[in-house]
Parts: sequence; structure tokens; C-alpha cells
Amino acid sequence: MPDADALQTMPCFQLKGANVPLTALELRYFEVEAFEETLRDKIRQAPGFFRDIPLVVDLSRYKGPSSELDFFQLIGICRRHSMHVVAVRGGDEDQQRLARNASLALLPASSRPESPAGPDQETASQDTPSPEPTAEAARPVEQEQTVPAESRLITQPVRSGQQIYAPDGDLIILAPVQAGAEVLAAGNIHVYGPLRGRALAGVHGRHTARVFCQSLEAELVSIAGHYKISEDLQEKGWKAPAQIQLKENVLAVSPLA
Amino acid sequence: MAKIITVTSGKGGVGKTTTSASISTGLARRGHKTVVIDFDVGLRNLDLIMNCERRVVYDFVNVIQGEATLNQALIRDKRVNSLYILPASQTREKEALTFEGVEKVLNELSETFDYIVCDSPAGIEHGALMALYFADAAVVTTNPEVSSVRDSDRILGILQSKSRRAEKGLDPVEEYLLLTRYNPDRVERGEMLSVEDVSDILAIPLLGVIPESQIVLNASNQGLPVILEDESDAGQAYDDAVARLEGEEREFRFLKADKKGFLARVFGG
Repeated sequence: MPDADALQTMPCFQLKGANVPLTALELRYFEVEAFEETLRDKIRQAPGFFRDIPLVVDLSRYKGPSSELDFFQLIGICRRHSMHVVAVRGGDEDQQRLARNASLALLPASSRPESPAGPDQETASQDTPSPEPTAEAARPVEQEQTVPAESRLITQPVRSGQQIYAPDGDLIILAPVQAGAEVLAAGNIHVYGPLRGRALAGVHGRHTARVFCQSLEAELVSIAGHYKISEDLQEKGWKAPAQIQLKENVLAVSPLA
Repeated sequence: MAKIITVTSGKGGVGKTTTSASISTGLARRGHKTVVIDFDVGLRNLDLIMNCERRVVYDFVNVIQGEATLNQALIRDKRVNSLYILPASQTREKEALTFEGVEKVLNELSETFDYIVCDSPAGIEHGALMALYFADAAVVTTNPEVSSVRDSDRILGILQSKSRRAEKGLDPVEEYLLLTRYNPDRVERGEMLSVEDVSDILAIPLLGVIPESQIVLNASNQGLPVILEDESDAGQAYDDAVARLEGEEREFRFLKADKKGFLARVFGG
């Protein structure tokens, strides 16, 4: 430990610029029960993924009256589900005053263009289970096109209850993914064995991500938030080598010949 | 240095205690000094199946808490000389099995025994985690039905991530599948998963297939490990499993329905 005098001359801390990816919660209206139900639904689709993440409430699409915007309740609900609201983005003066009263930080409104998948995301079944990247996160994602992303290689079976996540790139699994297991990747997911659990590719919103497996027996497959459950996967390529990709915002299964 | 074998499953009622009793008896019968420990604190059954419930004075928790020595608590089996039983406490909580306490007892047993067989409680809570943490090998007891297979898969995942061998980066725990309550008739009728189905899903080596049998129930009620019923198919199947555990090659038996039904006889099916 440095001696006390040396410590005294050193400043207590240093401020640094940081680029941290955040999850934005695009609020359309606020109604306690509907909000909590939707949140619970999202978390159920990817348990563990949302645990202890910081959250920004984006008000750019907020249509409800400002008087209904009870940030204390909103923060409380998120906290109950282990998510932490840290700031709001956008919103008018009234809304920002309410946010400040709830000790939230204020971020300027997003300048990025509207998401192309916008209209499609209105339908509940196609809704995104994975957080959309904010403007801050979008930049590093673009860079991934030139810099090879870190992929993750798994050689052991992924057992029921286990969760494997490749946060930056592809996930390659040389063993079965069992029922009750969950594999997530920012990029593609390759399973050289039966896929019996859940596979979520392109979790940061990459629409070009694909899922490949030697036998499609999945509980759920999702690409960039568009998903199909086991029931809807039975018709095509079931229990056969298959790839799943996103075609015009719908998951398409095709055989791997 | 003893080899620690944990008999586990996740799901309850699949035959862990029956298997622990037979495997430990089988190993002892083959000349190894063996101890079988009941980790199911609060729901002890092993002493009933081993027929020593009237001789329990001290138990596993007493030893952990320093109220008795190991020698006071160990019960010597009356049928097989080199077999000892360490019973569970019926009155304590599972939390009484402290990490340090279990480790100390296992280390002490390791000095004099060849095999330590741990009979795990059901579930994936503290008691089950304590029973599997120190394992060198795991016998995953599974019934041929989907929920049991799913729970076994879960336990295999925990073995790979939460066992001592996993945490210390040693060679992984040896994993073996033991299929119990197997009924070839029902498999043929498509009412039960087959051996191939289960080993295909779990993807671990098959140690044995124990046929469903009234003998197993009778033996349990009489306090007799099934493996000692030498004439029965279940007893022989356990004997094969123990032999395989020691690396012997034995052909799998009792996988086919031996009696043909009426229609099959008439139509020569």
C-alpha cells in the first residue's frame, strides 16, 4: 500500500469517457399491469440474459399522457425483475422533470433512423425477445463487419438448465444441445449435433444471423428477436439437418443437404 | 486413496437408494473394502434397505459435528464382511452437512477404504450438491421416461460445472448411465423409452439396465440389497453393472421381452 502522503497528492478519482452498450426500453404507454406482464414475458424468453442489466427508458415513441408516467412504479417493477433503470432518453420537458424527480439521468433523444423492422414489431408474436442495441451499441456492431468477432467453441453437451452465451460472435457447439438448455449468440449458432433446447442467434439485432443444426428438435429458435416455437417448427425439416434464417422478417427453415 | 462414487438422479423415486445398496454390496463382495453413505438427511432409507436400522446409534451428522467418531458411527454389514454403512440423521436438516464436515469425513474414510459410495438425495439442492461435489464417478440412475431423462440431463450439467473436479480443473467426473425399472414388453409396445433412446439423449456410457421386477420391491421390504438375489434377473443385472464399473466387459442382458404374447404366438410374430 502506498504511504499516506503519496495518496494525499493523488486525486481521489479520474473521469473517463466510456462507451457502454445499453439496453433501451422503448415505452409506448405506461400501464402497471400490462408493463409488468410484458416484462415478465420477455424475461421468460431469455432468463438470465436480462439479469442485472442497466436499462434506458426511451420516450421517443411514448404516446400516453405524461401524467400516467409514474417512474417510481416503473423503476420498482424493473427492480423486482433484477433490471436497473439508469436513465431516460428523449421525452418532453414535463417527462424529463418527472424523470429527474425519480433521480434518473437524462440522455438526449436518439438520432438514429427508425428501425426498418418497425411495423413488424407491432405484432406480439414477432416481437423481439432480445434487447435492441442503442445508438451507442450500434457503432461497435458495424465495426464487426471488418474485425473478425470472437467466436465461442463448446465441445461438451449443453445440458438442461445450462446457458451458453457468445456475446460478440458465433457460437459453435460440437455436441447436443439438450432440452431445457439455452444457447445465445450475437452472431450465428452452429450445432454439430441435435438441437433440442433453445437457440437465440443475433441477440443484438443482427438480422443476417443464422442457426445451423444436424437435427432440428428445438424448443425455440430465434433470430434477431423473431422466433418460432417447437409447435411451429414441426412442419419443415423437423429431426433433420437444417438451417434457419430470417427472410423478410419471418423465420425460414431449409434443409441442409 | 478411495474412489468416490455418487449415485444420483435429480428425480426422486427412480431407485437411487436401491442402486447404492446393490452397488456397494457388489463392490464389497468382489473383495473391496467399501462404505456406503446416506446423504439423505431427514429422509433416511438406506439403513432400511441394508437391514441395519436397528443398529443405528450415531449417524453422519454426529460425526460431522464431532459428537461421535467415525468408528462409532460406521455399521458393519452382517452379510458381506468388507461393507460398512454410514447412516443419515433422521432428525437434522440437510444444512447440517457442511462442506468442511463432509470433506473431513470423506478424507478420513479415504485412508482405509477402497470405495466410498454416496447415496444422494433427490433434487438439486444442498444435500444433492454435497453428495456429488466430491465425486470421482457418478452413476446417474434414470427411469425410461422423459421427465427422469430430463432431470438426469440437468444433474449431468451440474456435475460438469459444480463438482470439485470441475472447479479444480481436474479430469472430469466419470459419468455412467444406469437405467432402472426397464420393462422390455412396454418398450416393444411403444409405452416406454428404449435403452437406445435414453443413451442417445444423455450421451454417456451405459453401465447397466435393471429390469422392472417384483423381486426389487420384495428385497427392499426385507432389507436385502437386490444384488444378493443371485437367481433374479435384477440381481444379475446389478452384478453385471458392478463388474462394468470395474472395467469388465459384459454383454447386456434382459433387454428383450422373453415371453411372447398370445397374438404374437398365433401369428408367429
